[in-house]
Amino acid sequence: MAMLEVENVHAYYGKIHALKDISLNIDKGEIVTLIGANGAGKSSTLKTMSGLLRPRQGSVRLEGEDLTALRAHEIVTRGVIQVPEGRRIFGQLTVMENLDMGAFTCRDKQQIKTNIDKVFILFPRLQERRRQVAGTLSGGEQQMLAMGRALMANPQVLLLDEPSMGLAPVLVDSIFDTIRRLHKEGTTILLVEQNARMALQVASRGYVIQTGVVVLSDSAENLQKNEMVRKAYMGEN
Amino acid sequence: MFQRWKESITPTDIVMWLIGGTLLLMVIWGSVATLVAGKYTGRHWIDFVIFGLAQGSIYALIATGYTMVYGVLRMINFAHGEVFMSGPYTAYFVAAAMYRSDFLDKHPFTALFVIFVVAMAISTMIAYFLEKIAYRPLRGAPRLIPLITAIGASFFLQYMFRGLYGSGFQAYPVIKIFEGAWVIFGIRILKFQLVVIVAAILLMAALYSFIMLTRAGKAIRAVSEDKEASSLMGINVDGMISTTFIIGGMAAGAAGVLYALMFKQVHFFMGFIPGIKAFTAAVLGGIGNIPGAMLGGIFLGLIESVGPSLFLDGLGIPAPYQLKDAIAFTMLVLVLIFRPMGIMGERLAAKKA
Repeated sequence: MAMLEVENVHAYYGKIHALKDISLNIDKGEIVTLIGANGAGKSSTLKTMSGLLRPRQGSVRLEGEDLTALRAHEIVTRGVIQVPEGRRIFGQLTVMENLDMGAFTCRDKQQIKTNIDKVFILFPRLQERRRQVAGTLSGGEQQMLAMGRALMANPQVLLLDEPSMGLAPVLVDSIFDTIRRLHKEGTTILLVEQNARMALQVASRGYVIQTGVVVLSDSAENLQKNEMVRKAYMGEN
Repeated sequence: MFQRWKESITPTDIVMWLIGGTLLLMVIWGSVATLVAGKYTGRHWIDFVIFGLAQGSIYALIATGYTMVYGVLRMINFAHGEVFMSGPYTAYFVAAAMYRSDFLDKHPFTALFVIFVVAMAISTMIAYFLEKIAYRPLRGAPRLIPLITAIGASFFLQYMFRGLYGSGFQAYPVIKIFEGAWVIFGIRILKFQLVVIVAAILLMAALYSFIMLTRAGKAIRAVSEDKEASSLMGINVDGMISTTFIIGGMAAGAAGVLYALMFKQVHFFMGFIPGIKAFTAAVLGGIGNIPGAMLGGIFLGLIESVGPSLFLDGLGIPAPYQLKDAIAFTMLVLVLIFRPMGIMGERLAAKKA
């Protein structure tokens, strides 16, 4: 059974019909990617999953529980954690305070400690800079912090929105290494990317979204071979 | 470099700098004239400074409320002055009853504690429901709308309390142990002024450590930066906004009692001027910045108290003390012209970038 299911979701920004009948599902322990151009509706899909955008029709379910009516902060307690586009770290708070905020829903001090250790093993850079104000970190470090902050909440499902955006190629590689590592540890991941080539290398399945409609869904292998995908999203003629 | 600088100057800038320069010259001229004339002795100046500190620390406490609410909602809560008034005005009736039954004289500390608790509870309640009823339904409306609502709420509360408690001045009972003066290091300090200063500093320290160290305080700072990201952390944003109003209400209620201790009267309109002054203090310190609001408040209190005698007297202005409000608001205009981000505003400027 699918862990997270999005079923026939329609969502609007005012009068603009942003998501038109979107359906997708993610199985436990799987990496699924959502690829598409700018403005296709990738982030909007994630926003409906996190409760930031309320769908007018359709539903989002986690292991059978309907999340559609819940508010954003309640969805977090169910274990659906999003790393938003553009990192959105708290620039005036220290690295440590940012991680504390990630663990906001966790009341167990011991658990928080374990999670901090885990994050510091994954991103040793954050440990070096834990007392630094987060706004002074480099772009790559900020992305690490955004991911570390999300991991503090013990995610059942991790929603990553453009983790490679604006990063140098070396850093993109390291972010994708981290994604692989999280996958190995059993985290379920939905990866939204414009960098389709990289995304399809780590994912097992993928959805292609165009102007708010899912136009294609297949295994990552087949999508990599698909001519339309190669032309439109991987820069080949 | 110099060329670019020259090109970026507009005629408006020149006029502004001229106004600023003239005012600065007048301040220096007046101060020198006063000091040369030697009308005031050292003891006078010490009195002015201590009064200014006491008055300023009250402004500072109120100003934290303005600045925290601006932080989380990006709006000026113009009804905050009424939050400040509601607590001590209600506590007045408790204080008067305790005074009549002699309880106030026999157990002054218990009585003062009760007055603080009642005032803070009422102010907190008003602040909490103000947000819930007047501001929350307007979340997401254009910024002008909550602002106008705040002004409306301010009038509503003023006249509600006038209706409830009457329109006259009520004399606050005097707490006898705080009358008279202490002599510390040869400086004579009125007891109630020292009590106000010490109490305000303790309250500000408590408030600052709440914001910096506790889980809720960090969450309030997170919400101030990015509401959407905060909700993705599982922070209940509406809950944190309520908490902010509660903290601001508590500070305002306590400030109100200190104000009543100092001026020994309450009135339904008493929140207006301190409210506007505290708002000025918050802008002075850099709105959204809590230590800035505290410093701004103390600075404003000092300049209001020392300023009239120091530079207005020397300019030959009759009854200079009547112009202390003019000094406060001139400061506001000057800050808005020359340093719109306030004294400690770099961090706010960085926030926008």
